[in-house]
Amino acid sequence: MTPRTAARLWALQRLSAAYLAIAVLVHLATIIYAIHGGLSSAEILGRTQGNLAWLLFYASFVVAVALHMPIGLRNVLSEHLGWRGRSLDLAMLAVALVVLGLGAQAVLGVFL
Amino acid sequence: MSQTLQVDVWRGGADGHYQTFEVPHREHQTVLDVVTYIQRELDPSLSYRYACRVGMCGSCAMSVNGKARWTCRTHVKRVVEHGRLRLAPLDNLPRIKDLATDMAPFFDKIGQARGTFVPTRTRHDPFAAIAPDSPARASIDEAIECIGCGVCYASCDTVAWNPDYLGPAALNRAWTLMQDSRDAAHAERLLAVAGDAGCHACHTHMSCTERCPKQLSPTASIAGLKRLALGAALKGEL
Ligand code: SF4
Ligand code: SF4
Ligand code: FES
Repeated sequence: MTPRTAARLWALQRLSAAYLAIAVLVHLATIIYAIHGGLSSAEILGRTQGNLAWLLFYASFVVAVALHMPIGLRNVLSEHLGWRGRSLDLAMLAVALVVLGLGAQAVLGVFL
Repeated sequence: MSQTLQVDVWRGGADGHYQTFEVPHREHQTVLDVVTYIQRELDPSLSYRYACRVGMCGSCAMSVNGKARWTCRTHVKRVVEHGRLRLAPLDNLPRIKDLATDMAPFFDKIGQARGTFVPTRTRHDPFAAIAPDSPARASIDEAIECIGCGVCYASCDTVAWNPDYLGPAALNRAWTLMQDSRDAAHAERLLAVAGDAGCHACHTHMSCTERCPKQLSPTASIAGLKRLALGAALKGEL
C-alpha cells in the first residue's frame, strides 16, 4: 500500500468514526423509541417504507461502517497475526463489500 | 528504609535468567548506582551501558520493575517495590548481554525516517535566520530535546506488534526536521514516514509520552506528521 493510500485510509477512518459517533446515538435513540412506544413490526414498516430521510440516514450509516470497520480490522490483523501485504488488502476489500452488501440488503428490506 | 535491596538482574542474552544480588540501600541512590555497585563490588562480568550519569547521553536506559527508565536519573526510592528491583535490558530490542541491548535497530530506524538534516545552503552562504518565536520553530521546542535513550521505543506496543514500525523517537526526529525551514528533504522524508510502518501505524496510546524521561510528546510529533501527510495526500503530493 502506498503512503498516499495509507494517509487517505487513515483520514477516511477518522471521518467515518466521527460520523458513526453521532449516527450510533441516533440509531440507539430510534431503537429505544420504537420499543418504548410499543410499535408493532407493521407500524415500523409503515414508517420506514418509502421514507427517504430514513433511507439516506441508514444508507450513510452502512457506508460509514463498511469504510470504518475493514480499515481497523486490517490494522488488528496485521499487528496481531502478522498478516501483511496485498492479500490482506484484498481480503479487507472483500470484507468491506460484504458489509456493504449485507447492510444494503437490510436497509432496502425495510424501505421497499 | 530497609538496609539492603534485593536486586534481580537479567544475565545472558535472549536466553538467560535473573540473578539476585544484595546491594546496600543508600540515601539518594540511583538505579545506575545500584548497577555500578554490583559491577564493581559483586560481579565484574556484568555488562551495562552508561556515559554521562546526568541525563544527557541517553545510554543508560533499562527496564526497571517492568518499566523502561533512564537509570542515572531514577532514584531507587521512587521505584523500589517491597525492597526489590528487577532490572532487565530494554524491551523491543535484541539483547546482547545482561543489561546491554543492541540499539542498532533503533538508530537504523532514525535513518530510515530520514532523520538526517539535509542542508539547503553551503558553508559559503550566510547563516539562515530562524525567528525563535516563529510557529514552526516554536512547535518543536520540546521535540528537539530528545536524547535518543530508546525508552519510548521500548515502551511502545505498536513496535512490539509491528517490528517494521519506525517508532516514536524516529518519527519525533523526522517531525523536527519537517518543521526546519533550512532542510531540503521535506518531500522525501514525508514519504519515508507515512504509511503502515510510519506515522499511520501509531495508535496514540501515549505510552511513549508517559515514559519519556525528558517529558517530550512523541505522540504529538506523530500527530503533526499525520496532519502533514494528510495535507500532502489531499494535494496529491504524497
Ligand atoms: S503514541 Fe504511538 S508511538 Fe507512542 S507509544 Fe503509542 S503507538 Fe507508540
Ligand atoms: S523521545 Fe524521549 S524517550 Fe524517546 S528517545 Fe527521545 S528522550 Fe528518549
Ligand atoms: S548515563 Fe547518560 S543519560 Fe543516563
